[in-house]
Amino acid sequence: MRTIIHKRQGTPLQAGPDGQGPLVGLQRVVKTYQTAAGPFTALKGVDLSVNAGEFVAIVGKSGSGKSTLINMITGIDRPTAGAVIVNGTPLQTLTEEQIAVWRGQAIGVIFQFFQLLPTLTAVENILLAMDYGHRFPPSDRPARALHLLEQVGLADCAHRLPAQLSGGQQQCVAIARALANDPPLLTADEPTGNLDSKTAATILTLFEALVAQGKTILMVTHDDELARRAGRCVVIADGAIVQDQHHGA
Amino acid sequence: MEREMMQDHSPDTTPFIRLRGVVKHYQGAAGAVVALRGIDLDVQRGEFLVVLGKSGSGKTTLVNLLTGLDRVTAGEVWVAATPVHRLSAGAAARWRGQTIGVVFQAFELLPTLTLLQNVMLPMDFARHGAPARQRERALALLAELELADHAHKPPSAISGGQQQRVAIARALANDPPLVVADEPTGSLDSATAATVVQIFTRLVAQGKTVVLVTHDHDVARQATRVITLSDGELTGG
Repeated sequence: MRTIIHKRQGTPLQAGPDGQGPLVGLQRVVKTYQTAAGPFTALKGVDLSVNAGEFVAIVGKSGSGKSTLINMITGIDRPTAGAVIVNGTPLQTLTEEQIAVWRGQAIGVIFQFFQLLPTLTAVENILLAMDYGHRFPPSDRPARALHLLEQVGLADCAHRLPAQLSGGQQQCVAIARALANDPPLLTADEPTGNLDSKTAATILTLFEALVAQGKTILMVTHDDELARRAGRCVVIADGAIVQDQHHGA
Repeated sequence: MEREMMQDHSPDTTPFIRLRGVVKHYQGAAGAVVALRGIDLDVQRGEFLVVLGKSGSGKTTLVNLLTGLDRVTAGEVWVAATPVHRLSAGAAARWRGQTIGVVFQAFELLPTLTLLQNVMLPMDFARHGAPARQRERALALLAELELADHAHKPPSAISGGQQQRVAIARALANDPPLVVADEPTGSLDSATAATVVQIFTRLVAQGKTVVLVTHDHDVARQATRVITLSDGELTGG
């Protein structure tokens, strides 16, 4: 078990999924991009701790840094400075290839545009994630994939291609895929941004059920109404956390 | 029974792709929409066919029927001596994995995987070769498209043009005889688009058959044959 220093408390802190430390820890995370107009700092030294079982909404305007923040946590992008520890793993110690393997087991990632492979059926999209996660034996995977589709209410659509499903259904398949390797953490970047409000509400209900089952969810959104349904709301403006509110769900 | 259907009895005279009387209707909110109104088309092996058409002309529907991603309302689609119109979704997926590399406008790379893993995806699905050899082939494909240095990066770390090159490498993963591309340059600037089209030209020179649908007349200049799709009907070519 690796230990880290928590900035605010100044005391060593177990970083891990063992209940003694946060599931997600960001310490003074800075991210600067080189743009044609010069360097742009998207995150200006962000500290954030999320405990297992929390449902956190990350809210901010377009360009505030909220997607950058989530990309730091999933390892899709790397900080310029600072540390990111997720599920006990300090991401800066991993190579890109190791991060991809680690992510497959530790995080289910959900995107605004679903990102299902158009050439594979719903159940095949989920099986693919299992191929990469190596978490369940191959013989168990088809039954698990169908069970996950059932959980999101899409058992009947298992053998349809993404193009034959509605946007809301595609996002439900993407959520089932995110659960493929039973990760402790789900991240969702504007998961309802491409859906009508009724379908968005269904997705939120699904998230609430997953949190009740013990999952931790970080959801980026610009929709205040959806954010209110999370137990905690972190507001980002101009690359910094300006508000961190627990709703006491 | 399926095996019998797939036998090619006259390989010398049968075109590589043959569409006969292909009609496609969709049920829209406002009633039935006719996307294709009876398409007849033959494509020979080694052709670089560009299908030009405006938005809504039926281009993507044509791609989806050709690749077995969707099914005809009426008519026949034969590709590499396989009656695609008769395949179930599952059979179509297995057949497609071996026969067609599909390239999309929005690249459709998985953001959570490295570029190398993205290229290896179809190999896994077609159970194509031992893992070590898969990796070797995927790296060779990335090198061929000048992306070897980026193999272990996620898609978000590279440009759109580079992402499309990775998507082409993925399309070539199982060395299919046919590559079908739906607006592959639609998300790219014109200089980048030109380099992507050159890759298709090179593939044709290597013996692949390429069918590319686009609204971009510049792309069409590289084709060995151009046909135009308008309101669900072929005009010219």
